[in-house]
Amino acid sequence: MIYFNNVTKKYVDNVSLDNVTISVSAGEFVSIVGHSGAGKTTITKLILAEEFPTEGTIFFESTNINTLSKRELTNFRRKVGVVFQDFRLLSNKTAYENIAFAMEALGRDNEQIEIDVPHVLDLVDLTNRSSHFPHQLSGGEKQRLAIARAIITQPELIIADEPTGNLDPLNAKEVINILKKLNDLGTTVILTTHNRDVIDQVGKRVITLENGRVVRDDKDGKYVI
Amino acid sequence: MFLINTKRVIISGYRNFMRSGFTSLASVLMMVITLSVITSLIFVKTTLTATLNDVRDKVDINVYFIPGAAESDITNIQSDISKLPEVKSVTYTSASDAMTAFKAKHANDYLTLQAFDELGSNPLGASLDIKAKDPSQYEEISKYFENDNAVSQNTSNIVDKIDYHQNKVIIDRLTAIINGAQKLGFVLSLVLVLISIIITFSTIRLIIYMSREEIGVMRLVGASPRYIQGPFVVSGVLVGVAASLITILMFIPISIWLGNQMTDFIGINMFTYFKDNFIQLFIIMLGCGVLIGGISSSLAISRYLRK
Repeated sequence: MIYFNNVTKKYVDNVSLDNVTISVSAGEFVSIVGHSGAGKTTITKLILAEEFPTEGTIFFESTNINTLSKRELTNFRRKVGVVFQDFRLLSNKTAYENIAFAMEALGRDNEQIEIDVPHVLDLVDLTNRSSHFPHQLSGGEKQRLAIARAIITQPELIIADEPTGNLDPLNAKEVINILKKLNDLGTTVILTTHNRDVIDQVGKRVITLENGRVVRDDKDGKYVI
Repeated sequence: MFLINTKRVIISGYRNFMRSGFTSLASVLMMVITLSVITSLIFVKTTLTATLNDVRDKVDINVYFIPGAAESDITNIQSDISKLPEVKSVTYTSASDAMTAFKAKHANDYLTLQAFDELGSNPLGASLDIKAKDPSQYEEISKYFENDNAVSQNTSNIVDKIDYHQNKVIIDRLTAIINGAQKLGFVLSLVLVLISIIITFSTIRLIIYMSREEIGVMRLVGASPRYIQGPFVVSGVLVGVAASLITILMFIPISIWLGNQMTDFIGINMFTYFKDNFIQLFIIMLGCGVLIGGISSSLAISRYLRK
């Protein structure tokens, strides 16, 4: 599904990714681990085409995502759900509207939105918080809302960039459980983290990065740094 | 789908505007300043135009005829002069009217009136008071009495004096002041309007800059650039609408005060002018507010929507 072919990303004063080649198949749950600055977030930014590789190519299925036009890029992003450590919710919209926005952006009709949004709110246990604004929610609730927004459009791939970074262990466990459930339903999940407990809880493929290079790629979910 | 999306964009823009509270208020206040500058300039221009028209109205050429000149000759000249394209009006004052006016003017000056009576006959001649359409045309009109043409041939014997040359310096200076004031007024208006538009644009730009992360998130969830831009433009337009309403309400007491206190000084009743032109003024404010708000938002957000 995702293929990084000898990808290097250089910034002015450092190399964030150094000749990385990885592939992620459809339906996989892949955790990318590493210390801060190892290149985890750079990988997610490159997949979302927020940034472009200095060298190498990135494919989503058979499409080189770095050659997409503006319109094609918008369509590509509709296939990907994103969850960030800092939630990145729309502060002027309620929980309901945050989720509905993702569907509206895709041009879904109002009837569909009125059916799906309450369903997803129920799935992440936020039904009674639907009319609350992000600043009225706790950290765990914000992250569950971010997940709800990411999955409402039934994307083929979910990228979760340090989704448990700002959460207490209980909320972190809850968020990982939701991601595991989504993966069980067939959605591909790429999770970046440096949390050992999270990796142990997931128990699936782990790619370890160090100084922008892939140093391990384990199928059995070990956290070794 | 287009209608559904348009409705969603309008609702979203309205909600953003209402929920942004202090930020929306800041934009509206900046826009009120801009619209107030524009409205004040309209007021100043109206006052200036009224004053200039008043000054123009006071400038004229008087052609004095020798005492005893035949009235028919003078009215013939009046008729000829009236046909000149530069002439706005020609008023005839007979010798007896001139005498009456003179006596009325010096009603309290006993010595002058006594000297006048001792003369026995009317020493004053008839005159024509000529007003031009534009002060710069007085010289042209004056030449008709000097050149060798139909008018000058008839007038050469009976014209006593033309006060154009005596008034020429004043007329030229007034003409220069009028033209200069209009040019300066235009340039100053343009500069002031530009400055206030730039300030409003910068405020809206700053507010959109604060939303840049949210714009990024909208892009990442797959919203098209137009769908992201729409609500911001709607909010900008609403800023313009709110500001124009506030400005027009604000100018009601201002124009009443100007009407009560300044009419004698500026020569025009501003409240009457405001009342008579209320709809046009509101349309100008609304149009400027909506355009500045909409275009500023659109320009400010476009930089965050590039690939």
